[in-house]
Amino acid sequence: MHYLRILLFLAAFWWFLSGYLLALILALGTLSVLLVTWFVHRMDRVEGGYQRLRVGLGLFRYLGWLMWQVVLSNIALVRCIWDPALPIRPVWKRLDTRVATPFEKALYANSITLTPGTLTTDVKDDHFMIHCLDPAGLQELKGGEMEQRIRSLGI
Amino acid sequence: MSLVFEWLSALFLFAGGVLCITGGVGILRMPDFFARVHAAGVTETLAAPLLLIGLMLQMEWSMDLVKVLMILVFILATNPTASHAMAKAALHGGQKPLVSDSDGAQTGGASSNN
Repeated sequence: MHYLRILLFLAAFWWFLSGYLLALILALGTLSVLLVTWFVHRMDRVEGGYQRLRVGLGLFRYLGWLMWQVVLSNIALVRCIWDPALPIRPVWKRLDTRVATPFEKALYANSITLTPGTLTTDVKDDHFMIHCLDPAGLQELKGGEMEQRIRSLGI
Repeated sequence: MSLVFEWLSALFLFAGGVLCITGGVGILRMPDFFARVHAAGVTETLAAPLLLIGLMLQMEWSMDLVKVLMILVFILATNPTASHAMAKAALHGGQKPLVSDSDGAQTGGASSNN
């Protein structure tokens, strides 16, 4: 029963963060652990069972690369915001995707949204709808480096 | 060594503060809702992490340091979900993104296939 494992893990995590032994705090902790487990149960009904996330070196290397991309696009956006002319050319377009598994899709859509200047507004079977502050941002996504990196993670 | 950390921390905190203001200015300057979400992203994805790293540099090795690190991870993990939810809610509520017409022919495609 994997809900029991989730329950125990959450309880341990909560204890690790809190460290208090007062009755009220413990009661609140128990309540929140139960609530979260119930949420997970509800989500599983939507997603159809749970998937194990394979956390490996590749994922951390990807996250490092993603953080660097976030910094770069932040710098570009900050320059744009302080530019008196506000040089933005917003576009809202379809981006065809070839990511297969639900996890890859979620990671790709979230990575796009996390990077300022590009925002995923809709996730469909074979494409996303992307809002970009500049057509260059969309072109970069269409270049597919991020998608390729996610696909090569093999999760 | 601690002096290096002090200055590094001050640098991170200052950069974080400037970026917070930048995010606010961006929210005011951007023309429509969707563009404003991008501007708010500066505060969430770079300013907040810089401030938290700046704080971590001043802390001793302790449980609190781990907690601040977790706050950082949680902010970065949940921010895209919140941004996506806002954008989707705005679309659902009938807001249409303002798109620039400077690249003419290509702009029609997006609105027609949603």
